[in-house]
Amino acid sequence: MSSRFVVFLIPVVVIAIFWVMAKTEKKLAHDPTHKSFFERNGTVLGVSFILLVAFWALFLVVLPYLYMVVESFHPKLPPAKRGGPEDVLTIAQYKSFFINPVDDKLNTTHIWAFAFTILTSVLVTALNFAICYPLAYYMAQAGTAQKVRLIMLGLIVPYWVNEILRAFSLRLLLASKGLINQALMGMGFTEKPLDFLAMDVGLYVGLSYAYLLVMVFPLYNAIESLDKNQIEAARDLGAPWWKIHRDVVIPYAKPGIASGCTMVFMLAAGSLAAPQFLGGPSTLWFTSIVYDFFFQAFNWPRGAAYAFILLAACIAFVMLMLRLFKVSLGETIK
Amino acid sequence: MSAGVELDHVTVRFGHFTAVDDATLDIKGGEFFSFLGPSGCGKTTILRTVSGFLDPSAGRVRIGGQDMNGIGPNKRPTALIFQNLALFPLMTVSDNITYGLRVRGASKAERMKRAGELLDLIALPDQGNKLVSELSGGQKQRVAIARALAVQPKVLLLDEPLSALDLKLRQHMRNELRAIQQQVGITFIYITHDQGEALTMSDRIAVMSDGVIQQVSDGKTVYDHPDTPFVASFVGENNPFPGRVAQADSSFAVVDTAHGALRGRNPKGLKAGDKAILFVRPESFRLGEGAGDATISSETISSAFEGNATHVFLKGATKKEITVTVGRHGGAPIPVQGERAAIHYEPDMGIVLAEGKMARE
Repeated sequence: MSSRFVVFLIPVVVIAIFWVMAKTEKKLAHDPTHKSFFERNGTVLGVSFILLVAFWALFLVVLPYLYMVVESFHPKLPPAKRGGPEDVLTIAQYKSFFINPVDDKLNTTHIWAFAFTILTSVLVTALNFAICYPLAYYMAQAGTAQKVRLIMLGLIVPYWVNEILRAFSLRLLLASKGLINQALMGMGFTEKPLDFLAMDVGLYVGLSYAYLLVMVFPLYNAIESLDKNQIEAARDLGAPWWKIHRDVVIPYAKPGIASGCTMVFMLAAGSLAAPQFLGGPSTLWFTSIVYDFFFQAFNWPRGAAYAFILLAACIAFVMLMLRLFKVSLGETIK
Repeated sequence: MSAGVELDHVTVRFGHFTAVDDATLDIKGGEFFSFLGPSGCGKTTILRTVSGFLDPSAGRVRIGGQDMNGIGPNKRPTALIFQNLALFPLMTVSDNITYGLRVRGASKAERMKRAGELLDLIALPDQGNKLVSELSGGQKQRVAIARALAVQPKVLLLDEPLSALDLKLRQHMRNELRAIQQQVGITFIYITHDQGEALTMSDRIAVMSDGVIQQVSDGKTVYDHPDTPFVASFVGENNPFPGRVAQADSSFAVVDTAHGALRGRNPKGLKAGDKAILFVRPESFRLGEGAGDATISSETISSAFEGNATHVFLKGATKKEITVTVGRHGGAPIPVQGERAAIHYEPDMGIVLAEGKMARE
């Protein structure tokens, strides 16, 4: 049997495990009055619970990814040959990221796109934090309720505009004959229009703006629960404003900062639209490559392998950062 | 080193609301000074104005003779102890205590040394490496005091710091605070709504109501010689007998009250015909008949035995009962419920003040 179909055995195994857990629960409880899972819920309801949870966990969460994992370890084959003798397990798709199978040389294009994507995502995350921290602090601690409501509205309403419209409006703004260049030239700052899009300015602006809310709200939530007296106490003890932030606010908001940064980084690294519409002509974003493998080259195995490389790298990077800043994963999802 | 604090016609307004109205005060260096008043009377506003978190709308604050106008809280020679203490939860006890030194750029060795000294002062030696959350309420209290003292302020400002503690601990901390103040010798400005705290600890007390300083005196004077009906009714228990002055001379006045003509001291020089309130404290009453213009007779509503004394409640002219505190060596039997009882007082122990706002019950 092909390894692809082994995946479909897993639901049966998981349902069996749930069943055994429900059955043995009573024995493990060490409490004679403890009712078993089926006694509490009745057989019909109990069985439905197990099946529903299993369905949700498996078909919506685990299986699709698992199927992709399996796919990524197979060669690309026309449908007729799938399941045939050539359909073997292989790491060729992962290897192709490092060594180009066409010329057996280092796959610099893809490696560079990968590094560029990670690096840009880090920069976008940092930029986003720099923009959002003062904003979140103002909303959480300094602003009056009325102004905070206004800012919230100003933050949320623009998100009603769809992504394509937003991206192309930005393009319009940053184009060589766009508003910004006209203004710069009009004021005599520059002779020739600046090519913002080729300089990836559009990419940075677009990505930062796209995930602004994802950064603002975890920060806001974290800072909002900080007791104002702590800030005043630090000030009273002689701390200038930046030391108050360094010593009191930021350490307190660290879980929120970690949560916001993690999400922005993950989303930026995996984003597709903004880099495609706003990146310069020579900008190669990693998810675009993955997209092309799936939909242009119809090479699902290689696309899946690339996507998992990105996912693994992002997870590793985030874990490293959390470790570095001494935040536990649990704190970030509070 | 200590410094005095001068309030020079300080007024603080929030929009149309006047929180502090023309406060003028001279707090001496090294004094334990309390602001006493009900919540919302403006005492915390005064404290925040002295510490620099609020700017007065009018008037000046001077500390050690120096005008504090335009000087932020981080630059003033004051340290504030917050009502909820506001210790930094992510720092150890030592780091909390020496935070003020750290932001001033003190070396680690210097900070360690100072932390040790202060931990000794607050009787928590060798607890420096604990987290704040590992301490008890009283210990946190002491850490907050040490943290404020670490920056060697000339004035320590305390905003109801004992209100979160239970009764026993509160009484213990009163003594401790007083002892620490005497040891370090700096000016303490203490905010409280608890008259017991104010009376036991303070050199002088300012009683406040509705943003206005009613009286500034030592505790005994505030208790025995109140200036206004508010002070008389807020500080300690008191029985008011409102009426009109029937006759008066420089030392005594007789007020026509619902319980008849009653005599009391006349420190404000009220004249016949003035609206006035006579105040007699529960412990100033004695059971039985006395002089005609210092005796009240009324129905007994109830009595409450409290160990060291018994409170007897008599029917008053208004809803408020007349409270009489009878010591254990009173001699006369406690009147039973429904019985008509006579009580009297020494006219010296009654005080007649011009009619005015009283403290809410």
